[in-house]
Amino acid sequence: MDISYIVFIPLIPLAVFLLLGIFNQQIKPAVSGYIGVLGLATSAALSYYAAYQYFFVSGKVDGVYPTFVEKTVWMNFTDTLHIDMGILIDPISVMMLIVVTTISLMVHIYSRGYMHGDAGYTKFFAYLSLFSFSMLGLVLATNLFQIYIFWELVGVSSFLLIGYYYTKTSAVAAAKKAFIVTRFADFGFLIGILIVGYYAGTFDFQTLNAVNPEGEGLLFQWGASSFMGLSVITWALILIFMGGAGKSAMFPLHIWLPDAMEGPTPVSALIHAATMVVAGVYLVARLFPMYYFVEDGFALNIVAYVGAFSSLFAAIIALTQTDIKRVLAFSTMSQIGYMMLALGVSSYKGHEGVGYMASMFHLFTHAMFKALLFLGAGSVIHAVHSNYLKDMGSLRKYMPITNITFLIAALAIAGVPPFAGFWSKDEILVAAFEKNQLLYFVGLFVAGLTAFYMFRLYFGIFWGKETKYHHEPHESPMSMAFPLLFLAIMSIVAGFIPFSEFITADKAGFEGHLDLPLAAVAVGTGLVGIILAWIFYKKENDLAERFSNAFGMFYKWTFHKFYFDELYLFITRKIIFNLISAPIAKFDKKYVDGTMEGIGNKTVIISEKIKGLQSGRLQDYAMFFVSGVVVVALVFIYLWT
Amino acid sequence: MDILSLFVIVPVLTVLALVFSKGLKQARLISMIGSFIQLGMAINLLFAYFRERAVDKSVMLFTQDYVWFKNFNVHYAIGVDGISVALLLLTAIVVLAGVFISWKTDDLPKEFFVSLLVLATGVYGFFISIDLFTMFVFYEIAVIPMYLLIGIWGSGPKEYSAMKLTLMLMGASAVLMVGVLGIYFNSNADGGALTFNILEIAKVHIPFEAQKLFFPLTFVGFAVLGALFPFHTWSPDGHASAPTAVSMLHAGVLMKLGGYGVFRIAMFLLPLGAIEWSWFFIILSATGVIYGAFGALKQTDLKYINAYSSVSHLGMVLFALLMLNKTAWNGAILQSLSHGFMTALFFALIGMIYGRTHTRDITKLGGLLKVMPFISVIYVIAGMASLGLPGFSGFIAEMNIFVGAFQHEGMFYRVATIISVSAIVVTAVYILRVLGIMLMGEVKNDEYLNLPKATWFEITGILLLLIPMLGMGVAPLWLSDMTMDSIQPFIQGVLNHL
Repeated sequence: MDISYIVFIPLIPLAVFLLLGIFNQQIKPAVSGYIGVLGLATSAALSYYAAYQYFFVSGKVDGVYPTFVEKTVWMNFTDTLHIDMGILIDPISVMMLIVVTTISLMVHIYSRGYMHGDAGYTKFFAYLSLFSFSMLGLVLATNLFQIYIFWELVGVSSFLLIGYYYTKTSAVAAAKKAFIVTRFADFGFLIGILIVGYYAGTFDFQTLNAVNPEGEGLLFQWGASSFMGLSVITWALILIFMGGAGKSAMFPLHIWLPDAMEGPTPVSALIHAATMVVAGVYLVARLFPMYYFVEDGFALNIVAYVGAFSSLFAAIIALTQTDIKRVLAFSTMSQIGYMMLALGVSSYKGHEGVGYMASMFHLFTHAMFKALLFLGAGSVIHAVHSNYLKDMGSLRKYMPITNITFLIAALAIAGVPPFAGFWSKDEILVAAFEKNQLLYFVGLFVAGLTAFYMFRLYFGIFWGKETKYHHEPHESPMSMAFPLLFLAIMSIVAGFIPFSEFITADKAGFEGHLDLPLAAVAVGTGLVGIILAWIFYKKENDLAERFSNAFGMFYKWTFHKFYFDELYLFITRKIIFNLISAPIAKFDKKYVDGTMEGIGNKTVIISEKIKGLQSGRLQDYAMFFVSGVVVVALVFIYLWT
Repeated sequence: MDILSLFVIVPVLTVLALVFSKGLKQARLISMIGSFIQLGMAINLLFAYFRERAVDKSVMLFTQDYVWFKNFNVHYAIGVDGISVALLLLTAIVVLAGVFISWKTDDLPKEFFVSLLVLATGVYGFFISIDLFTMFVFYEIAVIPMYLLIGIWGSGPKEYSAMKLTLMLMGASAVLMVGVLGIYFNSNADGGALTFNILEIAKVHIPFEAQKLFFPLTFVGFAVLGALFPFHTWSPDGHASAPTAVSMLHAGVLMKLGGYGVFRIAMFLLPLGAIEWSWFFIILSATGVIYGAFGALKQTDLKYINAYSSVSHLGMVLFALLMLNKTAWNGAILQSLSHGFMTALFFALIGMIYGRTHTRDITKLGGLLKVMPFISVIYVIAGMASLGLPGFSGFIAEMNIFVGAFQHEGMFYRVATIISVSAIVVTAVYILRVLGIMLMGEVKNDEYLNLPKATWFEITGILLLLIPMLGMGVAPLWLSDMTMDSIQPFIQGVLNHL
């Protein structure tokens, strides 16, 4: 299969970024919106064509989907270590191309309505294109260093977009927080890459992941060096996962994601729900053979538990948040935890690799319905000019399209058949059930919580109390409604894609089937959640308040997100600034500089003292001369004898 | 006339022309023309170098040798390799950008440009010399105009800062002089004549005891200029008081002489000493990397922030050189180049902001993105480059350094490396702090609402520095292969003994 045209998929958004970025002042807003949409539409069309070619025309070779690579050396470190730039085409990268270009295109279209009249309209589209370029580059990366490069670039695009309303203090703080927290995670990622580079002698994914039937190759020689009882490669994988956990907002590096909601809502839909935040999942999937085979999957277990815990933790917090975007943010964190969990319980071969397939499947369906939820939330915020549930209610009367599409997305995420979320979530629970019962029950519980908080949100926005609005809310314009409808359709049909045929850990595909008992339990749990939400929030009543009062302490902790923000603030403000940085500044002034000054001052003092020697009296000079000669003579005599 | 000596002759001629000029307009025009010619020469040299390198594999190309003082066997010996070609290009670009940034110097313009170009002459001469004595002479030529430039055209406590800077650099030169003489008097260890020619000395087996004694002197002598912790304190005060173009030239080019001297002289001529002492200086330089970054966190004066940032970034250069392998060395050279462009750009921008708002205190500034968009956007870009964003020069340099440093097994090296890598986080914090406080947020002062736009000469200066940074970061292969190729002969001595 000829893959050279695929390089244009990321390059077109780059070109759009440069065009809009450099001629920011000259291009009229109306035109820049069209340029952005057109660019992404071209990329999306190319991606769909590539997917069609890859899965249906080129197809399997010897029973597996082949990997196509085209690359060129970008920089040499040593004779063997180098950074390549290129594109790698395999099932998951093709799938990600579809996800990224589809969501990005929808967000571009939506933004033409949502950002209408904004002073930085052109700049906004430039940033969106920059992000799309970086994300597509990340997806297509052929080696660890290339993925790291684009990893940083998506980070900076995210920074720019969160801080888009840069005059708002909270937006600036959120942008900084997102960048610094992920940078801290990337510090681990980079060390992990360096370790892999040193011990494996390559950064290349294909070489790193090469599974030989005889059990030879890098994957099986991880035992050469160890550190604190674990193989160094395991350490590297843990550190690489630290990078992934930072980007994917896994506990305890999740604190930036809720604040990132300060960005414009289309940005939250694109970056902080559907694409960038799943980069961590993609990274683990990309290195899956390493995670699975090295030291019998030690690092993979960590992935599973971190994912499961984050999933539970975030779902609990989501129960009590009142800012609708923050509820969705914690929901995103929870669902990504799900994907991590699925990867963590997966095996490699055949049907045992169901977790891997489920994770990618959920990534795909989640991208569709979560983007839809965010865009729907954006439509609501656009109409009522507030993020808070207290300012909403009964909006179904004013916004029918938003209402229906939001409901579809909520049913999808709650796992109600036949919507997309049901199919992928079911596969995750099946995978967990087969491998680790504890994680299965965590997952099941989270499914119930998810249904509850999502319908709390839905009823709170579209039903519930009759709110008096200053301006009567109205349905969003077509540019915003179209993406909602499109994504709603996707949220219904995406579940019927036979993922197990296309995307599996060993790339061979297997026969997928529905595990009826497990599915019934999962759906039942979801329905319980929905019904509870219906009782609490459908009509205005004080049940919820009574309930939260009964759980006073726990409610407070949950509402304050278990005080993690405060903890981090304490560490950065009190410890790093006051206990490290300030003393260093003082130490520098007082001791380091002080010593240098001291030497200078001493020199002045000494020269004051000895300037009397230069008295101008001939007798003194004669005496110095004679005594000098005597000393030199003594030294010479001593040395000669 | 040979192509290299022109690098010294053209600035000297420019200085002579300046002596006969009248007023600011003539002075800046002459300086601009002179610097343009130099830039042209540097670009021409780059291509000439590629052509020559294809056929000539000797260590130094375009070599010339004239006897200077017969008695001491002092020669005026010059030659270049890929590294010096790259650094000459850096110098030419920074000098030209500096001239543009100083377009409106109204106080004693003629004398200002004369000092600036004398400084440049010294730097050019330093980079083309392959004779220790010649090199040392040019080094002093570069350092001395600094005193005048800060003392006369500076701001704040300028006499104090100028004195501090000059004294510390002179103190370092004294130490260096001892080191250089130590090398010279040992250059007959194998029975030949005493010589200052570094290529000749490199063939000599200087006794281990002498290497052990003179390496730290030579290293420290150069490294003070490269802001080695704890000898960096001249840098924040010096930069804070220096006029914009001087800060640009000083941080952008002059401080690079330190790292250059370390590998060209200290490590090349005293490889055993380098191996013996590397652990000690690794501790100092790794401390400098993290210490500078933390130091920058608390400062509120833009120039202090940038000066501490330079301590951190240049600490990385010394750290990489001490790792004693090709990849790390290449990283050190790329970092020198990258930091040169980046820090010059920073100082230029700081000058522009100060020129408009009359303050460098970030707590008094705010919302500049709104009132001076062009300068602010470039500041954001420079900040991103400084924190090592891929696509800019800093990233490729740092990655070479880290990969190189990771070639050493052993707990000591690993810990030192991880400490240095952790600076990428702290760097992000202090850079974003400045961006957040100064550029974003609400405009704090209504007087700032009507500030003048960036002028054509400012934009030219900025682009001159920005384009190479981007070029290096996007397509690093040709440059990094060129420098890597030239490292081999210089590191061979060390590698033979490891």
